[in-house]
Amino acid sequence: MTLWTIVLAASVACLGLKLLGYAIPPRLFEPPPIRRSTELLPAALLAGLIVTQTFSSGQQLEADARLAGLGVAAVLYAVRAPFLVAVVSAAAVTALLRLVQP
Amino acid sequence: MLPVRDPDRARVWRAALSVALATAAYGVSFGALATASGLSVAQACVLSLVLFSGGSQFAIVGVIAAGGVGAGGAAIAGAALLGVRNLFYSVRMSPIIGPGSWRRIAAAHLTIDESTAVGTAQPTPSLQRLGFWVTGLGVFLGWNATTLVGALLGDLLGDVRGFGLDAAASAAFLGLLWPRLRQRQALAVACASAVIAVVAVPWLPVGVPVLITVVVAVLVGATNWLGRERAT
Repeated sequence: MTLWTIVLAASVACLGLKLLGYAIPPRLFEPPPIRRSTELLPAALLAGLIVTQTFSSGQQLEADARLAGLGVAAVLYAVRAPFLVAVVSAAAVTALLRLVQP
Repeated sequence: MLPVRDPDRARVWRAALSVALATAAYGVSFGALATASGLSVAQACVLSLVLFSGGSQFAIVGVIAAGGVGAGGAAIAGAALLGVRNLFYSVRMSPIIGPGSWRRIAAAHLTIDESTAVGTAQPTPSLQRLGFWVTGLGVFLGWNATTLVGALLGDLLGDVRGFGLDAAASAAFLGLLWPRLRQRQALAVACASAVIAVVAVPWLPVGVPVLITVVVAVLVGATNWLGRERAT
């Protein structure tokens, strides 16, 4: 296997998954229980992404500078700060903590 | 500032462009990590152009960095596993995007965390489509431009982890989730999903803990637990 095989195979697989969702006829999602479930998917997946990106390195759980960054972002969102201000502050706090305690 | 008169549409444009800007910043770290892991500049760019899904792209360079070309099978499987998330997003966006083969193919390519989140957070179908397309195209242009920059600068940047960009990505996802938490049903789903994903991390392969949160959405959606209001 070459690097190009890996790059192209992964690209085709991931693009295929996206296309698959649109190939399913939308009327299959019309019954209310299914519609409610698909509408809740982003909230579930985003929450899962946030915690795994913040608390894990591979299969290891850890609480490090990322958690402080996320906490600052949460406080800023709570006081209705703009999106970019919260994101940049999270990065800055995390970078600073890593600087003083690598 | 924006060439849009309608205040609702202007608000969606602002939300979409700030998400695109934040995500683009993260693209630098992908480009730099990719070349540091042994990928060529062209390979890094093809991943951002064709695969176009941050989580899967980082998974590939992570596995290659640790295991080289010999770990190719694991790299492809890892990327595909993380890409299953986009299948669920496609299902969510499908009825909103509407008919037309080419439009649906273009939408499929642009279906990622960010475009789906900004799109589905809007109150009307027309604003949902606007949010999806502006965010998707904005992230696509920004992500590809900064991937190239990161790949070319590579070594000059040093350890990109030092910039706290990984925390920026978590913070950006939290910003995408935040407006949904006003609804009790979405709040309950998010809290349960967060707990389940964390508990699953040590036990399941990377990428799977996020996917099992789909079960929470399906259970709550099917039973309509806590749901008097319409979920978004």
